[in-house]
Parts: sequence; structure tokens; C-alpha cells
Amino acid sequence: MTATETRDPLLRVERLSVEFQARRRTARVLNEIDFAVYPGETLCIVGESGCGKSMTALAIMRLIPENGRIGSGRVLLRDRDLAGYGTQQMRQVRGNEISMIFQEPMTALNPVYTVGDQIAESLRLHQGMGARQARERAIDMLKSVGIPAAERRIDEYPHQLSGGMRQRVMIAIALACDPDVLIADEPTTALDVTVQAQIFDLLREQQARRGTAIVLITHDMGAVAEMADRVVVMYGGRVVEEGRVEDILSRPGHPYTQGLIACLPDLDEHPTDDRPDLPEIPGVVPSVWERGVGCPFADRCAHTMDQCRKEFPPMFRTADTQRVACWLHEGKPI
Amino acid sequence: MRPAASTQSTPRRAPARPAGQTREALRVFLRNPAAVIGLVMLIAILAVTIFGPMVMSADPFEIAAAPMEPPGSEYALLGSDYLGRDVLTGIVYGGRATLTVGLVAAVLSVLIGVTVGALAGYYGGWVDEVLMRITEFFQVMPTLLLAMVLVTLFSPSLATISIAIGVASWTSNARLARAEFLRLRQREYVLAERVIGAGHGRIIWKVILPNAIAPLIVSATLVIGTAILFEAGLSFLGLGDPNIMSWGLIIGNNRPYILTAWWAVTLPGVAIFLTVLAVSLIGDGLNDAFNPKLRGRE
Repeated sequence: MTATETRDPLLRVERLSVEFQARRRTARVLNEIDFAVYPGETLCIVGESGCGKSMTALAIMRLIPENGRIGSGRVLLRDRDLAGYGTQQMRQVRGNEISMIFQEPMTALNPVYTVGDQIAESLRLHQGMGARQARERAIDMLKSVGIPAAERRIDEYPHQLSGGMRQRVMIAIALACDPDVLIADEPTTALDVTVQAQIFDLLREQQARRGTAIVLITHDMGAVAEMADRVVVMYGGRVVEEGRVEDILSRPGHPYTQGLIACLPDLDEHPTDDRPDLPEIPGVVPSVWERGVGCPFADRCAHTMDQCRKEFPPMFRTADTQRVACWLHEGKPI
Repeated sequence: MRPAASTQSTPRRAPARPAGQTREALRVFLRNPAAVIGLVMLIAILAVTIFGPMVMSADPFEIAAAPMEPPGSEYALLGSDYLGRDVLTGIVYGGRATLTVGLVAAVLSVLIGVTVGALAGYYGGWVDEVLMRITEFFQVMPTLLLAMVLVTLFSPSLATISIAIGVASWTSNARLARAEFLRLRQREYVLAERVIGAGHGRIIWKVILPNAIAPLIVSATLVIGTAILFEAGLSFLGLGDPNIMSWGLIIGNNRPYILTAWWAVTLPGVAIFLTVLAVSLIGDGLNDAFNPKLRGRE
């Protein structure tokens, strides 16, 4: 990471583990994950369902469900460890320094309040604005996220807006207090493809204007190619690969990442009906109870070695900016 | 953008309950003939009890005619009771006490119930355990008996009767509120609210409660009906305030003479019946209006 290491990271997640208590057993949902987010960049966290992407986001926000807890590790926002923050301190961080948007813009907006009230609320909570000032600012925010007739829309309820509009409102709420980091948890999964592109454009535009760092959680490699500066690939509660998006897409180092990319159809090469079947990764993600000490991908991997089942590999540096947790790369610098 | 390779398929959820509920609910409510009849009845009853005493300006305890005059007689339109007091005056004045007690008790019952239920449902865990055990303690007590005990412990007055009925009847509201909070606290907009830094108090009262208000309104209207019945029951049993005219008091006083002066017992009973019916019709109508499943069936 020589290119990025010259800057100080804005947010650094260090050996973060999250555990859940269930049936008197402990399930490790996140296992010593490590990554950093630099100012103004877009970091994509990729992986399939249940690999811990959303849990990572919730852990950073300190909003993991009640039966779970941060087992070890740190979440450093600049120099402050959020993992050790109290409830009150954390409330000052949420929405103000780190904000988040969700997958379902319908269910993430409160149906009984107007969108204006919902944008203004965050401003009043964090910046102590009065009602009138907050309303002015809310109209500005709606305009800046590209909602036409903002003066009128501000008094509408969420159900009067389309899905894309609602996600724009969510983004307006999240960005109202100019946070340093915006976590977007699959923000376009519930939207039409054309609207997806608009939302990505909007996120990029806001990022350019405000310098917000974006952590984009997705399972969509198309979104990764379009948005990411850097990529973190997660599997089974672990980070298995990290690097710049060009490197990951062109020279994926981990068999799982290779599998993910192989799953993409190539329309340039096979534009007509005689497309070959898409390859798939055999098997399913092991449940949290089935994860042993070794690599969680060992059961589905074509290159499994004895060592894979005994010990989870360290991150080997396969290129300047790319690190892979796989024994195939053993011998390369850690 | 290349076609997305999904490593996970997210089925699109059906859209959540459409908002702007209040206006939509009002429209459905006004289209429901039974509910409108109930509303008209209640408005009429309220008008009579509020403005009636101003027009009549008589003392309901004053002797106006010979004892046990039947309805239609000169000095007592609806007859007189065993002491010669005018039944009509009694009903008009007594409505104030009965309705006040019903309303105050219902408000109290909803306040206690919603607070207990909201805290239990929102926090869960040991808070829920403790509060629900307390709720069950009140729930297994026969409501009327508990209200009687509370009234006899303190001197009977409108205030103590209202409090006693409220304290004895909040449990169903608590259970309802708890269920709603259990359901709604999982919603993504609650999480979204925490994400922007809102505290628990704000989430309970300003985020979840407005979304849970519809069934609670319905429950509150039904509580008004039962509270009126309890008030009448307490007065009938002689546990009411003997210095304040109420429908239950007239019935209770004239109970021994039901065979000779049936009107003095029956007519206040009809008043209670009509009031509870009106409130129940309204409650039912609200229930239908706020229930999205019934809404589509027009």
C-alpha cells in the first residue's frame, strides 16, 4: 500500500472481532478483520451473504445487536478508539462524523414524518439548529441530492416518493452534518439498474464536493468496478484479500476472489445466445458454527492443502498495494 | 456497467404499510355506516351532558315530583325515583360524572399501559421480564374487585374512582403496546435513527410510538366503554361518591324498587348502554380503518 500509506488513514479497523452468544456457545461473526479507509476514497467491501459485511458496518457504528459484542480489536477514527466509547460519546459520532445508508430506502425512512423533518432532525441533534434554520438547510440538502421542486418535496411523506428519490433522501439525511465517513450498505440493491447508476453518480458527486470517504458494502462486482478505489474481500468473517480495484479485478490473488470474478458474464466476448454456462463456486458458505481454525474457504476451494485446514494464513503481499490471505502465496512478504 | 453478478439474491420485499395513514384511515372510517352512527350518537350524548345542565339548571338531588311517578307525568318527563327526584335531570347531570370518570380512567389506563408496554417491548431483557411480571400480577386480579378494594381504601370521589379504574385496567394496553414495540423496534428506520445519533428516549417516544399509535387509539376507545361500565358498577354497589349524581348511582339507589318503578333503573341503564355502544362502534370503526388488511376489501 505504498501509494496510500503516505497519507494517514481516516478510519482504521484493527484486528476487530465480533462475537455472538447463542445457545450457550460463542459464535465469532467477525474474526480479526483489518482494513483502513483513507480520506476521500471509496472502499468497497465485497462478499456473499453472511460473510460479515453488514456486521462490519454495524460494528464500526457500535450498533451490533444486543446479544453480540466486540470481542477484541479497535476501531480508530483518526486517533480515537470508538470501540471504547460510551453510549453518549458514540451518539455524538453517529450521523455527525460517521453516517450510514441502507439497502431498503422504503423501510429506512420513518413513514409518519415528512422527509424534511427527517433531514432536519439530524441537524438539530448535532448542530443545535433551530427549526427554521434546519428547514432551510434541509431544502438545500434536497436540492444538492438532485430532488426537483425541493421546496414542495420537503413536506411530503416517504410513501409519496419513488425508490430512487427515497434513497436520495436517505443520502441527504446521512450527509446533512457533513460526516467524514459514509457507510453505504448495499444502497442500490433494491433499485432498478438505471436508478442504481444515478445513485452511484450522486454518491461520487457528493464525495467530490465534500471529500467524504465512502465505505460501500456490496455483493455486486459491477458496482465495485464502477465505484471502488480500493477493495476489501471478505469471506466467512475474515478479510481474505485487500488491494486497489485494478489489481483485484485483473489479478485476483485469492481463489475466492477469482471465483467471484469468474462468475461475471462477459458480454463483450459472448454477445449472443451461445454463451457458455457461467462458472459457479461449489458449495455454500459455512455457518458460524462450522468455522474451524483454518481457512473458512477450504471446503469450497480447488487448491486446498493440508495447511489450509490447520491455520488461517496471514496476509501475504502479492503486490505493492495488494495483500492476500492464502497459503498459495506463502513465501511472499507479509 | 456490466451486468451484476450477484453472490446473493435479495428478494424485493413488499412495500411496507403506506403512510399518510391518518387521512386514509379517516376516509375509511367515514365510509363505515356503523362507525358514523356511533360517532353521531356520542356527539349527541356529549352535547346533552355538557350543555343540558346549563339549560335545565335544576338540582338532580332535589325532589321534583311525587315518588315513583311514571314517565310522562307533569313534573317528571321520564318519571321520578323512589324519593321523587326527576330521572331525566338525574340522567342529564349524571352523564357528566360517568363520562368524566370513563374518560379520565381510559386516559390513565392508556398512559400507564403504554409506558409499561413501551419500555418492556423496547428494552427487552430483564426490563421486559420485570415489567411483564408486574403486568401479570395486575392481570390475574379480577378488575372490578381490584377497583373496589382501591376505592374502599381511599374515600370515594370522582378522582379516586377514576384512578382505581385506570389502575385496574391498564394491563391489556401494556400488552398491546409491548407487542407493537417488539414489532417496530426491528424496523430499519429505527436503526437509521440510531445511525444519526438519536437516543433511546427519542426513539421510544418520537420514532416508534407515532407508528404504534393506531392500535392504541382503538384500544383506548374500547377502554372508555369498560371504564363507564365499571363506574356504573361501583356506584351500583354503593362504592361511588354519594354526593355526585351518576348513572350508576341512580340505578343503585332505585334497585330495590325495580318492580314498582322500573323506569328509574331502566332509563339510566339505557343511557349507559347507548354510550358504551357508541364508543364501541367508534372503536370498531377505528380498528377497521387502521387495519390495512381490511382496507382493501371495499
